[in-house]
Amino acid sequence: MENKKGFNITFYLLILPVLLWLIVLIVLPHLDLLISSFQGDSDAGGKVFTLEHYMAFFQSKIYWLTFINTAAYAIGITILAFIVTFPVAFYLTKVISKKYASFLALLLLIPLWVGELVTVYGWMIILGDHGVINEFLLSIGLIDKPIDMLYTNFSMTIGLLYISMLFMVVPIMSTLESLDDSLIEAASDLGASKWTIFTKIIIPYSMPGITSGGIIVFMLVIGDYVAPDILGGKSSLWFTEQIYNEFLSTFNWGEGAAFGFLLLMISSSIIWLALKLTGQKLERVGS
Amino acid sequence: MKKLAISSVAIATLLAGSLYAGNGTLRLITWKGYAPKALVKKFEKETGIKVKVTYSNNEEMIAKLRATRGGGFDLAQPSVDRISFVQKKFHIYHAIDYSKVNTDQITAAMVKAAKKISGVDGKVYSVPFIYGTTGMIVNKKLAPGANDWSDLWNPKYAGKISYRLKRPILIGAAFGMGYDPFALYSDKAAYKKLIDKVTKKLIESKKYVKTYWTSGDTQKGLVQSGDVVVESGWDAIGWQAHNKNPNIDFICPKSGALGWIDTFAIPAKSKNIEAAYKWINFILQPKNAAYVTNKSSYMTVSKDASKYLDAKIKANFSRSYSKADINNIKWYDALPSGFATIEAKALDKIKAAQ
Repeated sequence: MENKKGFNITFYLLILPVLLWLIVLIVLPHLDLLISSFQGDSDAGGKVFTLEHYMAFFQSKIYWLTFINTAAYAIGITILAFIVTFPVAFYLTKVISKKYASFLALLLLIPLWVGELVTVYGWMIILGDHGVINEFLLSIGLIDKPIDMLYTNFSMTIGLLYISMLFMVVPIMSTLESLDDSLIEAASDLGASKWTIFTKIIIPYSMPGITSGGIIVFMLVIGDYVAPDILGGKSSLWFTEQIYNEFLSTFNWGEGAAFGFLLLMISSSIIWLALKLTGQKLERVGS
Repeated sequence: MKKLAISSVAIATLLAGSLYAGNGTLRLITWKGYAPKALVKKFEKETGIKVKVTYSNNEEMIAKLRATRGGGFDLAQPSVDRISFVQKKFHIYHAIDYSKVNTDQITAAMVKAAKKISGVDGKVYSVPFIYGTTGMIVNKKLAPGANDWSDLWNPKYAGKISYRLKRPILIGAAFGMGYDPFALYSDKAAYKKLIDKVTKKLIESKKYVKTYWTSGDTQKGLVQSGDVVVESGWDAIGWQAHNKNPNIDFICPKSGALGWIDTFAIPAKSKNIEAAYKWINFILQPKNAAYVTNKSSYMTVSKDASKYLDAKIKANFSRSYSKADINNIKWYDALPSGFATIEAKALDKIKAAQ
């Protein structure tokens, strides 16, 4: 009896900060947004219930096209992030010794320490017309005029990839770490090719890590603002920029709020769909 | 993202509101360069009022004041054309009591303009402070012929053109195409038609654009690096670039530079109105106003400040503005409500076009 009671108190004490966090910092502000997304101005100047803000998204081609564009890029960058980071994660967990691995993993974290804005400016210095890469190529005579890299979809993709990569490496590393090497050895002894080992053992085993990494990267990229705004070119309109414009340029907070919720709902559905299609379960990802 | 838009606005103002309120404090939201440290120190010493400065721009200023219904700051500095429609809709400012403003030290024409443009129902909501124009910054060595808005879609400078994708470019391009957008401020349908034409023009000529600049720093950087030879820009930025490279300079487009006036406006929930008026009268004193101009190159409305201006600053002005140029400046009038939406939709369309 006593034991159970003690457990209860601890339980409530522990849950309290979580609930406070959720309600005060997440639920309340969102409720306010949710209400204003359904509010319109009546002719008399009062507030009336309306769906016009949500309708605006579907009625204007420019809005949903921008969203599709943004989502497509986010999916592409998530896949790219996996391709780029999986070898790194594998190398760090399975190939080199633990001693160096933790040191190298620490180095990977450096971009996080300096913040997104600084890394983005770093890429501007590297990719600009008079940047590091162009100056180098010019000086060795490989090209005679600078290649357009900055302010294009290319530079935006690089920037977003760089910012989000880390959130793919870490979950994959943590699943790969628990993969028993003897499984690989056994498969190898029994004559499996490297490709078979990779697709039949390593990938399925690390799937929870890949999935959670994928979700984080996708959400980060689709909701990012800085990289598309600064590195993106004259044609890379990101959906978040449109929400920003609704709030700050046209003062149409209702539409901005509606777009925010649409972003939340549609991107969540994309993740749900992706989980269904690949046969993953969210519960397994969390473990 | 929603977090970015709403909570940054809300939290910033809440923090600013709760932590720095108090009688001995003036919470000023302004533009970079408008409240130099030396003057803040001087003001604090003279009056004993502590000044807390927040840097911002028109859009953010209005969004912040709207989120708090005019709270969080004691004095704001929006552009004069952005005041009346915001005031009509959201009531976020106090009317200005001109008996408390030392108008003797301000150029009369500027006071008149501010009173006219920021007036709502017979009340005035702003005191002028700094003015300038949006025109063009040109690298005269690499683009010797560029002299009008229409050069922003001149194939001769293909790939070396830049502008900011915000409302000034729509207005400037309209003038460059031979129209007068301000004459259509009373006719929403005609204005929309004109903006549609401008949109079409800017989409067609998008292939000539290197990139859209986004701030004073980026416009300076682009023209200084040589990546861009013709761009829309602010006079003060062009002059700053001129100091580093005499080939670069600010010019008034043939069809007219766009004149803006930045002002003082008092938020509705200002907790220290007295201090706000003190600051206004303090910083418009000729010596202090001249100090702001000497540091930033922005032109001041303070009447006798020219006595204290550096020779270099005066030279900038006479080099870029002939008498005819000054007479041809198109001053922004108060933006009617609903027009911002037309413009924003057009800007989105241009940005998204391939």
